Amino acid sequence: MTIVVQLITSFIAAAAFAVIFNAPKESLIKCGFVGMLGWIVYFILSTEGIDIVPATVAAAFLIAVVSQVYAKMYKAPVIIYIVAGIIPLVPGGMAYDSMRYFVTNDYNMAVSLAAKAFMVSGSIAMGIVLSEVINQLLRQSRLKRIG
Amino acid sequence: MDHELDIEQYLEEQYDIMDVSLLAGKIMLESGAETYRVEDTMMRIAASYGIKESHSYVTPTGIMFSIETDEPTKTKLMRISNRTTDLKKVMLVNSTSRRIAKGELDVPQAYRILKRIYASDETYSLKTRIAAASISSGCFLMMFQGGWVDFLPAVIAGGIGFASVGYFQELISIKFFAEFMASLIIGVLALLFVQLGFGLQPDKIIIGSVMPLVPGLLITNAVRDLIAGHLISGLAKGAEAFLTAFAIGSGIAVVVTFL
Repeated sequence: MTIVVQLITSFIAAAAFAVIFNAPKESLIKCGFVGMLGWIVYFILSTEGIDIVPATVAAAFLIAVVSQVYAKMYKAPVIIYIVAGIIPLVPGGMAYDSMRYFVTNDYNMAVSLAAKAFMVSGSIAMGIVLSEVINQLLRQSRLKRIG
Repeated sequence: MDHELDIEQYLEEQYDIMDVSLLAGKIMLESGAETYRVEDTMMRIAASYGIKESHSYVTPTGIMFSIETDEPTKTKLMRISNRTTDLKKVMLVNSTSRRIAKGELDVPQAYRILKRIYASDETYSLKTRIAAASISSGCFLMMFQGGWVDFLPAVIAGGIGFASVGYFQELISIKFFAEFMASLIIGVLALLFVQLGFGLQPDKIIIGSVMPLVPGLLITNAVRDLIAGHLISGLAKGAEAFLTAFAIGSGIAVVVTFL
């Protein structure tokens, strides 16, 4: 049941974000799908007890791979799909909690949460860069085979 | 005489190619495209019009572009002052540059098309975007393990928060202030709902409603730019993201400390 709720809400949230970012109408469903896929991977991995940093890397990697496939299929810039997809992974809640501890003068908690939020956003970027590297390697090997 | 005219026309042409590339870069950068994509697109457009060597230097606040011809090198600078996220424009410019690369468009045609893209305002209506922000706020609440009781309060607070960012930004064009006020309003609303017995967990309502304002895209793009070696862009975007996060945080902080 929880999984179903998570699937539906993450799909809607990612598609709604695509609307806010003014993505073309025909890409909204795809954006929602990418976001749902990434979030559910993150959700399952993190509830299985895996640390959130590797869980985020895995989710971001999957998002970027699917986005690149979509980008190639529909001849659109890859950023359209990636942007909506990674939004659920962004550590907004963590940044908020850290800010709250700062305000209540609990600097130990605040700094550790801020560091965690930084690590998570870094791992989103890591996941995306990783898939770009693999994409480029694939393209180069294909070029070599032809050349 | 004839020869002179030719040269003049040639010179004019160079400037046009430059203008086309710069306009394409400007639209993409203002619409939130990645730094490397902007640089790449500009150089590709120049290359498809026969410019053998061109250099582009893109930062979030300005573009420098120079092309090498038989004449002395020409360089132009373009200031970028407002940045939003408009993925449709990124896509349109991208497909225009593809058409240029295929040789379907000559310089004046390309310039006219880009000008039209630049002036176009084909966004979703404000109501649609506010509705999208509200719904996504409710959904984020559920994704962050909130209860269904808090769904409606988050939808309302998120919608009002998103609408007030737009309103305050039009009132005073300082982004920091607009974000601060919006998160202040969200905080007040969330606490008010809980006080009235309409919601249960103010923290969850606030986190959900604040999500449409959170600079998630900026943070991630900043790290990506840094990794890709665009150090200045990365730092600038990081600074912008930090400012936004700080504005949101301090708006909420005011509410938490005083109420």
